[in-house]
Parts: sequence; structure tokens; C-alpha cells
Amino acid sequence: MSNKSKNFFKGIKDTSPLMIPVVPFGIIFGVLAIDLGLTPLMTIAMSVIIFGGASQIIFLQLFSAGASSFVILSSVGAVNSRHLLYGTVLSEHLSDLNLTWKIIVSYFLVDQAFAVSNNHFKKNKKDKDKYFHLIGGGLNCWTIWQITTIIGIYLGSIIPEKLGLTFAIPLTFLALLVNDFRKFINVIVIIISGSVATLGYQIIPYKAYVIVAAFVGLFVAFILTKFVKKNYE
Amino acid sequence: MFNDRIREVLSYVPSAIFPAIIFPAIFLNNSGFIQLDDNPKILASIIAMIIGVFSKNVLATIFSGLFSYWTIIFIF
Repeated sequence: MSNKSKNFFKGIKDTSPLMIPVVPFGIIFGVLAIDLGLTPLMTIAMSVIIFGGASQIIFLQLFSAGASSFVILSSVGAVNSRHLLYGTVLSEHLSDLNLTWKIIVSYFLVDQAFAVSNNHFKKNKKDKDKYFHLIGGGLNCWTIWQITTIIGIYLGSIIPEKLGLTFAIPLTFLALLVNDFRKFINVIVIIISGSVATLGYQIIPYKAYVIVAAFVGLFVAFILTKFVKKNYE
Repeated sequence: MFNDRIREVLSYVPSAIFPAIIFPAIFLNNSGFIQLDDNPKILASIIAMIIGVFSKNVLATIFSGLFSYWTIIFIF
């Protein structure tokens, strides 16, 4: 087996345990998309083009509420701002790649692949084919995401509307925050952002309440982290 | 490219943006007005949050919320 395929299969193997939560997440996305009136083709296209769980669900929520493209783009961009960090962290290991490979690697750079490949890169600094580890991990995630989206599309067409499955949207984001409910600054930021969004929903124009609330929350985090010592957390 | 200070603030992005989706979806009714009475989503979300904080499990959080919601709307 060539060194490239060794790295590739190691990436698949390393990300596999992290794929278990991806399965229901993809199904939930597919079900919600159909529930909110997207066609199966649009739903699959969204999973292929955006390829990100939280981003796609925020997209759905704003799209179904009639938000403008600018608001949708900026909100999805804000959700994905963590990828700026992923990119800067990995640039240390991948700066020698040419532009085409950089674009391919970026497309596959999801949270799970970042987590395992970053470790792999640190341990194998000298291996020039190490980026295939990230391609393997990313492709593993990609395949599972597309298959579960299709399963969700199928289930979405048979699940009755009165189950109120759109309630899965806030629950999904609540679930992604469970580790933050124990931290003081995070709880303050959560309450402020949530209140701004709820009270501003009717007042803030263009359905920009998500992005406005996010910036207010981040500003509060900026102030609090400056003044509150770590040991208060 | 990013110093530690920017990284520290950016680590709060999920806490800053996710509640902006969560809170309106729980507290607003279909017409976009705040509804605190007769709103089964509030109790279901509190149950989901408690389960989430103790189990630290994403799926347990989502499904405990959904099952609580269904229990409230279909049984009570």
C-alpha cells in the first residue's frame, strides 16, 4: 500500500468513532428540510455544497422565515467562523500544498476531521503525504452525511407534520451547547444573546436578529473575558 | 495570524450565536410574539437542558426534549 493510501485509510479509521453522532444529525437535517418545504434535490444540493450540520440547519431556519440572502450568508458565515481558526492552525502543516489541493483539503475540513488530523499532523511532521489523512477523514464524514441526508429526505416524506419536528432545531443547538452551561461567562453570553434575539425578532429588520444577537453576545464575551479572572469560571 | 486573545474571544462564538436560534424558536409563537403561558416547548427545553448538562450527550439531549414535548402535547 502506498504512503498516500496508508494516510488515507488511517484518516477513515481515526474519524469513524466520531461518525456515530453524525448519523442522526444528518437524518434530522433531511427530515427538517422536507418538513420546511425544500425539494429533495435542493436538500441534497445543500448537503453537498454547504456540507456542515449547524450551518445547514441555520440556513433552513432563516430561509423558511423569509430572510434575505445577505442575512442568511452572514449568519452561516458567523457559525463557520471557527474554520478560520482551523485553517490557521493547520496552515503550519499544510502551507507547502498547491492551491488546488488547499481548496480540496478546505472543503473536507469538518470539525471531526480537524480534531483527528491535527493530532496526526503533529505526530508525522516530516511525512509529505500526511494531508491524505485529512482527505480520508473528511471523505468518511462526507459519505455518511450524504447517505443520512437521503435517509432523512425519505423519512421526512412519511413523518406526519403534527409531530412538530421543527422543535428539533432549537434542541439540536441546545445539545451543542451542553458543555457551556457549566461555565459562568458562557451562561451570561447565552442569556444575553438569546434575549436580544427573542426581543429583537420583531424589531430588528431583515430577520438579522441572529447576527445582531451574535455580535452583542460576542462583544459581552470580549468585555467579560477581559475583566473576569479564569478562576471565577 | 491570530493571537491568543482573539482565539479566546472566538471560542465564545457557539455561545453567542446558537442561543439566537434557540430562544426565539422556544419562546415565540407562530406569529412571532412572545408566548410564556401554555407553551410546552419551554418545559420540554428545560428537561432537555438538564438531561444534556448531566449526560453531556448530544443525542440524549435532542431526544429527551422531543419525547418530553410529545408527552406534553399528546398526553396532557
